[in-house]
Amino acid sequence: MIFQPAHKILREIRERNLSPVEVVQATLEWAQKLEGKLRSFLVLDPEGALAKALMLEEKLKKGEEVGPLAGIPVAVKDNICTRRMTTTCGSRILENFLPPYDATVVEKLERAGAIIIGKTNCDEFAMGSSTENSAFFKTANPWDIERVPGGSSGGSATSVASYQVFLALGSDTGGSVRQPASFCGIFGMKPTYGRVSRYGLVAFASSLDQIGTFARNVPDLALLTEVISGHDPRDSTSLPEPVPSYSKELDSPAGTLRIGVPRDLLQEGLTPEVKEAFEDALKIFERAGFAIEEISLPHASYGIPTYYLIAPAEASANLARYDGIRFGLRAKGEENLISLYKKTRGEGFGAEVKRRIMLGTFALSLGYRDAFYVKAQKVRTLISQDFQKAFRKVGLIALPTSPTLPFKLGEKVQDPLSMYMSDLYTIPISLAGLPAISIPIALKNGLPVGMQIVGPALSESLIFKASYLFERESGLSNLKPPIVEELSA
Amino acid sequence: MKITLEIVKHIAHLARLEFSEEELKQFYQQMVELLDHFARISELDTENVPPTSGILPLYNVMREDNPGPTLPREEALKNAPEEGSGFFKIPTILEAED
Repeated sequence: MIFQPAHKILREIRERNLSPVEVVQATLEWAQKLEGKLRSFLVLDPEGALAKALMLEEKLKKGEEVGPLAGIPVAVKDNICTRRMTTTCGSRILENFLPPYDATVVEKLERAGAIIIGKTNCDEFAMGSSTENSAFFKTANPWDIERVPGGSSGGSATSVASYQVFLALGSDTGGSVRQPASFCGIFGMKPTYGRVSRYGLVAFASSLDQIGTFARNVPDLALLTEVISGHDPRDSTSLPEPVPSYSKELDSPAGTLRIGVPRDLLQEGLTPEVKEAFEDALKIFERAGFAIEEISLPHASYGIPTYYLIAPAEASANLARYDGIRFGLRAKGEENLISLYKKTRGEGFGAEVKRRIMLGTFALSLGYRDAFYVKAQKVRTLISQDFQKAFRKVGLIALPTSPTLPFKLGEKVQDPLSMYMSDLYTIPISLAGLPAISIPIALKNGLPVGMQIVGPALSESLIFKASYLFERESGLSNLKPPIVEELSA
Repeated sequence: MKITLEIVKHIAHLARLEFSEEELKQFYQQMVELLDHFARISELDTENVPPTSGILPLYNVMREDNPGPTLPREEALKNAPEEGSGFFKIPTILEAED
């Protein structure tokens, strides 16, 4: 049962062939069985999940209305606030933090009847590409437990890929949903900046942060995305446009059928395995009726320096709130306020977070601001304009998600620049605020490869449709990693 | 543009971060390497290019000023490392800063 797509389970629950309690019990049993090997979760809440399932069952018995995700077990990244579970952001500085409120997306999930079974591991404050920067433990990739699941939403990606949950939420600032989706062989959507409320998402880089979604097939992903999208009066940067029903629109014609490929970006750093998989995927798109056209994004190759100046600058301001006064860790024995701040932050933050606060403070400091921060903001404009020009020619753009296959645990953690380079293809899209999905396109050496489909602002529906056509043409969905096959045998 | 260990120490002070000497040297090395790579953006001509600070076509979002419930005091204090008489407690601040 737990290996079925969520949209089938939903039908079974509504037709009363399955009960939410059965679904939750089976999911929890499986999740706990895999947890020893994979470690996706910072917190699991079996009692809370079962209590919700029982409540839903009562409602169903009485014939009351239940939401569009009624009875579906889901996971939430641990940088999204939940009242009934700690929210640590993978950091010592928030180790015991129990938020006094739920994020808007959490309220929306609960109203939709989804059952949150736990909070997932991530790179500290979502800063990283491997989940190795979590202060607590590392999460394994279910396709090879010696490899990283990607990051920063690695726990969410692993939990969905290994069938511990049907769906999960993550957050994507420079690729933190798309890259782990690619590494784990599942689908991951980063909606348009502002499409999903950030109220209750712990801030990292506010002009880039966006909550995103994970699933093992497009219909499930479309459904989850439509449930969490929409305007929120508590987030003034959320967009007022109404949310289409992405899941219902999946079967309507895709309309525009031209996909642009920025060939100038497919040179340096792209490994042969990923390149081959990408080219083969383009052929599948052609078979599905799309025309492939060459485009150019001349400034996209400046994405990494641009992003790694802007995002740390914003982070250095956002993370100033962790001062040991109102919540979180406080260093012991300090009698002077400034030294209390310094010691608390020195003890509470890990190396990558400190590195980014330092970079950001530097980029904003007197004498360097114009040459680094303001310059990066101008390059951001150029990168955005490249995309606008490209979308006058084509409806969608295709790019690899990661230039490499999932790498080994420990392989890049000592070398920040090589870790940053793994965001080569996801970052330009984030800087432009555009929606993009990562879809599985191949297995190479037993490891998944992903591809991004990018569209203009608010083109989520078109992106889902194109991805669904690909999913049906390729048959690459609901994949089962070897560890899942073994343990379910 | 040469960044020195002294500048890095000053940045650490501005960022309110404590480092050991050894950590600081390692960060200094990494920052030199990273900023060297990032300086690549200086080769682009950005004259007459406006900076992007936010990507949305939204400006000055306004709402009605309707009073609503706020976080109760005890809820706000629940996560405080130290509190007393309904306040957050902090060390002495009436001292000259270095």
